[in-house]
Amino acid sequence: MMKRGFRRRWKAGLLAIVLTTLTIALSGCSSDKAGEESSKITIGIPQDIDSLDPHYATGAGTKEVLFNVFEGLVKPDENGNLNPAVASEYTVSDDKKVYTFTLRDGIKFHDGSAVTVEDIKYSLDRNRGADGSEPLISAYSQIESVNIVDDTHVDVVLYEADSDFLPQLTVAIIPASNKTPETTPIGTGPYKYVSSSPQENFIVTRFDDYWGEKAFLKDVVFKVEANSDAVVMDLIGGSIDMYPRVTSTQVSQLTDDFTVYEGTMNLVQAMYINNAEKPFDDVRVRQALCYAISPQEIMDYVSDGAGSEIGSAMFPSFSKYFLPELNDTYNTDLDKAKELLSEAGLPDGFEFTIKVPSNYAQHVDTAQVLSEQLKKIGVTANIQEIEWNTWLSDVYTDRNYQATVVGVDASTLSASSLLARYVSDAGRNFVNFNSAAYDTAYANAQQTADDTSKTEYYKECERILSEEAASVYIQDLPEFTALNRKYTGYVFYPLYVQDVSKIKLAE
Amino acid sequence: MSNPGKAFKRNIRENPYLLAGMIITALILLMILVGIFWTPYDPTQMNSAEKLQGISLRHIMGTDNMGRDVFSRVMYGSRITLLIAIGTVAIGTIVGTAIGAVTGYFGGMMDEILMRIIDALFAFPSILLALVIVSVFGTGWIQLLVALGIAFVPSYARIVRGEFLRCRNMDYVENARLQGVSDLRMIFVHILPNIKGVLASSILIGFNNAVLAEAGLSYLGVGSQPPYASLGKMLSDAQQYMFTTPSYVLCPGIVIVLMVLGFAFLGEGISRWK
Amino acid sequence: MRYIFKKLGMMIITLLVVSICVFLAFSIIPGDPAMRMLGTEASPELVEQTRQEMGLNDPVLVRYFKWFLGFIRGDFGISYNYKVPVGGMVLSKVPITLTMAVMAFILTVLISIPLGITTAKHENSLLDRCLTVINQVIMAIPPFFSGILITFIFGMIFRFFTPGGFVSYTTDLGKFIRYLFFPSLAIALPKISMTVRMLRGSLIDESQKDYTRTAYSRGNNTDGVLYRHVLKNAMIPVITFLGMALADMVAGSIVIEQVFGIPGISRILLTSISNRDYPVVEAIIMGIAVIVILVNFLVDVIYRIIDPRIGLEDE
Repeated sequence: MMKRGFRRRWKAGLLAIVLTTLTIALSGCSSDKAGEESSKITIGIPQDIDSLDPHYATGAGTKEVLFNVFEGLVKPDENGNLNPAVASEYTVSDDKKVYTFTLRDGIKFHDGSAVTVEDIKYSLDRNRGADGSEPLISAYSQIESVNIVDDTHVDVVLYEADSDFLPQLTVAIIPASNKTPETTPIGTGPYKYVSSSPQENFIVTRFDDYWGEKAFLKDVVFKVEANSDAVVMDLIGGSIDMYPRVTSTQVSQLTDDFTVYEGTMNLVQAMYINNAEKPFDDVRVRQALCYAISPQEIMDYVSDGAGSEIGSAMFPSFSKYFLPELNDTYNTDLDKAKELLSEAGLPDGFEFTIKVPSNYAQHVDTAQVLSEQLKKIGVTANIQEIEWNTWLSDVYTDRNYQATVVGVDASTLSASSLLARYVSDAGRNFVNFNSAAYDTAYANAQQTADDTSKTEYYKECERILSEEAASVYIQDLPEFTALNRKYTGYVFYPLYVQDVSKIKLAE
Repeated sequence: MSNPGKAFKRNIRENPYLLAGMIITALILLMILVGIFWTPYDPTQMNSAEKLQGISLRHIMGTDNMGRDVFSRVMYGSRITLLIAIGTVAIGTIVGTAIGAVTGYFGGMMDEILMRIIDALFAFPSILLALVIVSVFGTGWIQLLVALGIAFVPSYARIVRGEFLRCRNMDYVENARLQGVSDLRMIFVHILPNIKGVLASSILIGFNNAVLAEAGLSYLGVGSQPPYASLGKMLSDAQQYMFTTPSYVLCPGIVIVLMVLGFAFLGEGISRWK
Repeated sequence: MRYIFKKLGMMIITLLVVSICVFLAFSIIPGDPAMRMLGTEASPELVEQTRQEMGLNDPVLVRYFKWFLGFIRGDFGISYNYKVPVGGMVLSKVPITLTMAVMAFILTVLISIPLGITTAKHENSLLDRCLTVINQVIMAIPPFFSGILITFIFGMIFRFFTPGGFVSYTTDLGKFIRYLFFPSLAIALPKISMTVRMLRGSLIDESQKDYTRTAYSRGNNTDGVLYRHVLKNAMIPVITFLGMALADMVAGSIVIEQVFGIPGISRILLTSISNRDYPVVEAIIMGIAVIVILVNFLVDVIYRIIDPRIGLEDE
């Protein structure tokens, strides 16, 4: 009988423990409602911050966040203009070799110290590798010297004339006195760094001594959303208030609590072809592929028809350079495609492999649609999903591939950031494009100081890429940003940027 | 020995697990077999007019985000999943049994060395192993099969080794040894048949673990290649459509569950066989 | 004592083999950490210079010994990706995954043992039959799928927790534990099913053995026999299984951390593998290996205490 009593007590104790655990777990779960109307926002970001040091940050996902913390001498705005930031004004010498900047009066770093011309020189020298190391930005090898003129003026002297160098001067100005920029980031932007935790979050707060228009919201948490499939649940559930780049499918699942802003990603999405590989060394084969595919159909499948068609390595928001007529160089024409294949000696088609980075669902989906479209002209495209880092080393660096689907973005507000890679001997020419005419046109554009003729040469470049079918250009992907209706004021930039300072609480 | 047919019938009646397992497994196998020769639609055929449809007479499991027929894809995907599971268990069992038998039977230095490697493999996350194999040999279901197979070796090796350790000193082995039976013959003819019960149940469990592990790895992005997807890959692709098209998520999910359940019931039934 | 020393020696050898495996694995995988750090815009010269600085151009053996020397001094190196010392970074994430694993383990033990005993006692009752089927179904659901279903049902419909609303233990310990309850449940569910099934089978086996019959014949009542003799013997395989399950919970949390958006060890491991952040991967895998080996060791010891027939000098 004693045993029986023991057992009862034991059972009761167990029950108590289970119930307590459940109560602790469940109590107050519903109390997380929005009671505190302090100006705070949680923004989901798809990737972790890869470096807190702005000069070593390379991921587009990192740069778009650090945009709120750091500023360069000049800073892009939502219309694609470059406005003075750390510098209050600038002049360019007539020979386009010397750029002179005036330090903004009274501008302060987040730690309260004043920005000096030494800090500017330090930041630029660090990027160009003035101590003899390799420049962090390859364009900075063009800088001959950075000279302090007086307490408020700095000269940037170039080896050769370049009227298009200003977009390169958006690199962050950081204090020379900060010995640990990789753990204690200090900048001049509208938000200052508070803390960060790997794979968890990146927290900033409003910088009240900001020189320009101050931010509306006080506290901003960038929360790493490693699982893109959970985004909808997290938005609806309320653990994040905003997520840039939701997919069109996700948009359709969102409730009325969200405003969806539609823009473009500013990418050149294409099936990039290794021009040095057989049979793609034959221009007719490349053209045949262009005739066989339909960008509109791809957009219909991948993003419910949203997106903008492109016909060359330029996206529409660079309106100054974009040539809409190139979209029609190859309108879908299967007979023409088959004819070109026959001419190239491949009447029965051929087989090749598309390597796609597996972390980009939209590129994987695009590859699947492409593969179906190419079947119609007897071409078999196998798909191989690879990890992003394998892509970087195999496809991008070693150029060991036949075709790949990715999106290429512009690192600066300059046409050359998209077009430079097609020069025959360019280090970034991963498609192995080789055209003497292109090299000439690009060199001309670089050498011309006059902006109108420069633009004309760039357009010439785009036409050559289209005619030569350097790759199968598809679209600039649509970008949807979901923002909780509690907030308003989201703006798209022609660059990969999330400007939080413009977001405010809705009335 | 009176009437085997009657005994079987009675056994089935008293053993609902076996019956259920047989029916479910037979249905899944039938679906896969038919799928080899015929599917309602081409599993890769897209149709932009019929994206993300629910269950209907035209598409009994609805369609996916590319307008492909989910049932046709499930038929194809089940085949891949089954192949992966069979391959994984085959590699795990054959290699594991060989290592377990050798180490358990002979012992000594070889036992020490092999067991340390097995321990290390055991402590090595299978996802990393899969990533290594996939990174070196490329992505695809064969690579996944090899990776999972290797990851399964340690548990089989341990089970078999334990059994061999137990049997090594038993009377019947001693007797055989005195009669001058060779080691090889001893392992295969004398000891192995004696542990077939243990092996059979671990094969069935391993089979189920392989199906589930495949799903997990597909979820983490190391799976079969599009446009042909295994069930696990389909399920992980489909989860984002949970709100709009639940049928796309639930159908492959239910088929996975049924596949595992069928084999689990079979195992349960066999263990209750009187 | 000799037994313990021998086991310790074996553990160290196993760890060495693991660390070498990880190093070799990373020397085979394509992907360059320097390239990954610098991105697509970097010049080949800069990549080369960075590789040199990071010591990536050294032969594998040299790199291994450098790492090994650091490791035994407790220096795990600097993360390539986060540019902070690996030790501190990984340690700050350990409580998250560990809490989850321990909670899952407690849930497993608390739920499965009473259920196992009840079903064994009432073998073939309606409850037993239902539970057996439910157990089989739970075991047949892929872990990430049950995670998604749990999020959907408890997070979206019943609103018991905010999906993705993880709170760090440094911010609010209560909310931290509350958020980890459902992920722990997701990890525990299949383990509970397996344990119930195993304990039930084991108990029934034991109760049919001669010694149990003898005990009954001496007039012991059912519960007394069950607790004194049967349970003790029946627990042996269950403890082995629970030990393996505990070790598995740490490694098995990879999928669950991904589903529930928990920034724990597993997620750091996963991203570090794809970022080719070797120092971090090496440190985490060594940590997991230590836990797995230690738990196996403990299981072994408990085993021997429960069942003295297995001598300490054996094996």
